[in-house]
Amino acid sequence: MSTVRIIPCLDVAEGKVVKGVNFEGLKEVGDPIALAKQYYEDGADELTFLDVAATVNNRDTTYQLATAVAEQVFIPLTIGGGVRSAEDAKRLIASGADKIGVNSAAVARPELITEIADVLGSQAVVVSVDAKRGSTKSGFEVTTHGGKKSTGIDALEWAKKAIDLGSGEILLNSIDADGTKTGFDIEMLTVFRKVSSVPLIASGGGGKPADFVAAAHAGADAVLAASVFHFGLFTIQDVKAEMRAAGIEVR
Amino acid sequence: MTKSLPKVVVFDYGSGNVHSAFKALVAAGADVTLTSDQDQALAADGLLIPGVGAFKSVMDALNTKNAGRIIEKRLIASKPVLGICVGMQVFFDTGLEGGEEIPGFGQWPGQVRALKADVLPNIGWSSLEIAENSVLFDGIEEELFYFVHSYAATELPLTGSEAIKPPKLTYATHGERFIAAVENGPLSATQFHPEKSGEAGIKLLTNWIQTF
Repeated sequence: MSTVRIIPCLDVAEGKVVKGVNFEGLKEVGDPIALAKQYYEDGADELTFLDVAATVNNRDTTYQLATAVAEQVFIPLTIGGGVRSAEDAKRLIASGADKIGVNSAAVARPELITEIADVLGSQAVVVSVDAKRGSTKSGFEVTTHGGKKSTGIDALEWAKKAIDLGSGEILLNSIDADGTKTGFDIEMLTVFRKVSSVPLIASGGGGKPADFVAAAHAGADAVLAASVFHFGLFTIQDVKAEMRAAGIEVR
Repeated sequence: MTKSLPKVVVFDYGSGNVHSAFKALVAAGADVTLTSDQDQALAADGLLIPGVGAFKSVMDALNTKNAGRIIEKRLIASKPVLGICVGMQVFFDTGLEGGEEIPGFGQWPGQVRALKADVLPNIGWSSLEIAENSVLFDGIEEELFYFVHSYAATELPLTGSEAIKPPKLTYATHGERFIAAVENGPLSATQFHPEKSGEAGIKLLTNWIQTF
């Protein structure tokens, strides 16, 4: 049995970490490579980098970042943001990424998922679903641009379709819970777990170590968080200790 | 006089991310070259065969680089070869993918097929049932390793003889029990990714290099 993975997520733009980061004793606060190493040493099971500039300003993601991180950090690395073609994905993988995160570009053109999976394998494709409560069939709707744009697409149907098209994992980000720090969206997670035949990564809302336990109990194969780790509210080891105490296997 | 580092070739045939394999081997103490040059691949102290994606596409890509012949020649000369992930699977007789049986290099009897599990791919860190007298896992018996795969071999029916030792098999479980690592004379392989398994993975590579 695989353990439940804890994944810190770093938002980067032009090679710098953009969301606030407050690590005690870390000098280069905005340096994604230094942060990646810090999380690696803290016991992160994977790392995710999201190039936030790439989507908004239509810029290429930073290939050098993938290479620099892969050279120093021996855990899996997912890079998302601005991937619009299998060529983009191939270049990221060749640069040092292990998995490619796709979001809005796949919503706009679902074949992108298959195109990447055909070249790199399904295990290299993580489809991010930014879902929030809405009036579509399942009650959850796909949004893009960080939750700002509604699409009218049913999020549960989209997740199923993404899996059929070749997504190897689903990163389920609850826009309703995101930033609240009141806990992961257990209701949403439970609904998606029932239909997902691929690993499910829970994201959005984690505010204390016990929230990660609840997400794991709701069936998350992995749990992703950003600011709680960046601001040092608690560490990855704090989360793992809480999970161990609750009888959940962690690394 | 300084002793030169053991030379390892990471076989370069366009397989996914080889940066980490390269750097992990450097961290493990090797002098690493990324190439598909036959002479270099034959001459190196160790040859690493990486592999991600589909069995068929990996076999096709390896065949265009004449990998089967290189591997065979090395094994005849008892020179170490290490396969990782699909780079392990190709050592079996066949891979069953989409209902089609694709021939592998056939160093080992048995078939690689989709695991019977509720959730696939199997992605994540898993503990292992380590083979007795394992060399690869020396000192890291309690560690977890990182897997990313949907396919695996569940059996390797090779018993050995008085003259030849049977392969040492290490297992993991996802839905069902499968072979996570094989140590078979000069031919070793891991279904997981040592280059993505943190310090434990580096140690495994160091253990492999020390068999040279």
